[in-house]
Amino acid sequence: MKILFSILTLALISSMAHAVDSEEALDDPVLQARYEKIVEEVRCLKCQNQTIKDSNAFLAGDLRREIKLMLQDGLTDDQIFDFLVERYGDFALYNPRASGKTLILWIAPALFLLGGAYVLVNIVRRRMTLPIDDDSAAED
Amino acid sequence: MWKYSIPVVLFALLILMFVKGLDPQRDVNALPSPFLGKPAPEFALPSLNDPSKTVSNATFGNGMAVVNVWATWCVGCRQEHDFLLELAESQAVPIIGLNWRDNQAEAQRWLRDLGDPYIDSAYDGDGRVGINWGVYGAPETFLVGPDGTVLYKHLGPLNRRLWQENFVPHLESAGNTE
Repeated sequence: MKILFSILTLALISSMAHAVDSEEALDDPVLQARYEKIVEEVRCLKCQNQTIKDSNAFLAGDLRREIKLMLQDGLTDDQIFDFLVERYGDFALYNPRASGKTLILWIAPALFLLGGAYVLVNIVRRRMTLPIDDDSAAED
Repeated sequence: MWKYSIPVVLFALLILMFVKGLDPQRDVNALPSPFLGKPAPEFALPSLNDPSKTVSNATFGNGMAVVNVWATWCVGCRQEHDFLLELAESQAVPIIGLNWRDNQAEAQRWLRDLGDPYIDSAYDGDGRVGINWGVYGAPETFLVGPDGTVLYKHLGPLNRRLWQENFVPHLESAGNTE
């Protein structure tokens, strides 16, 4: 049963792994590696829960083409991300930049953690001041 | 006592968020254009109907202009076409077409068969100008002010109600300041 399950899982995963991007690789392997990293970070705006690496929408193909050209022109990764954010907004990146409007996304988890710690410390402190009597012990 | 108001306020905020987020009128795919309030991107493309002519930012003229991104493969464009014809006839504002990622001959035939609401259409065959304008799904409609800034962007097919609600206020406020 376990074996059957793992076979089925593998079959499912392999069918998902079909490469959409069938275009020719860049000649320079360093550029190609950068390219592969970038296309995993960019959202396909037409099909908003896919990266442009996984999408076969023509807009995703166009953006892949533009990114390749920019890489060949010697632009840095940041310049390429800037190009996309300028045109499509912060939403275009799966890993939004920590700047201005997106700052809240980055600091909110830390704020929640701090808030939780504050509440916890308060509860513990208050409990520490409570007298240990038989009644409360019996409640436990 | 003030402590007890915190959950109430949080709950009210949550409800507010749901009301906003679950609004059935809201288009979940619509993204705010980063160009709002900024100059419209520069472009220069051959005209769809006459490739020897150029369509560019200069085509907008000195007043308000509407830039409509369309294509023959786009179902929403067919839906809004009759309204665009009506709008063109009213001569409220010039409409410039951006024929995006289309087949030139088919696009020309579309305008011949259905009527041409555009003062001119730019032919963007490889979709590059579309990318520069942040286009991600036709039809998209931009309103460009007399100074060349983008005042409004609409995603999806236009109709008279949407035009009245979202574009006309901009046109009127510009008319008052002039």
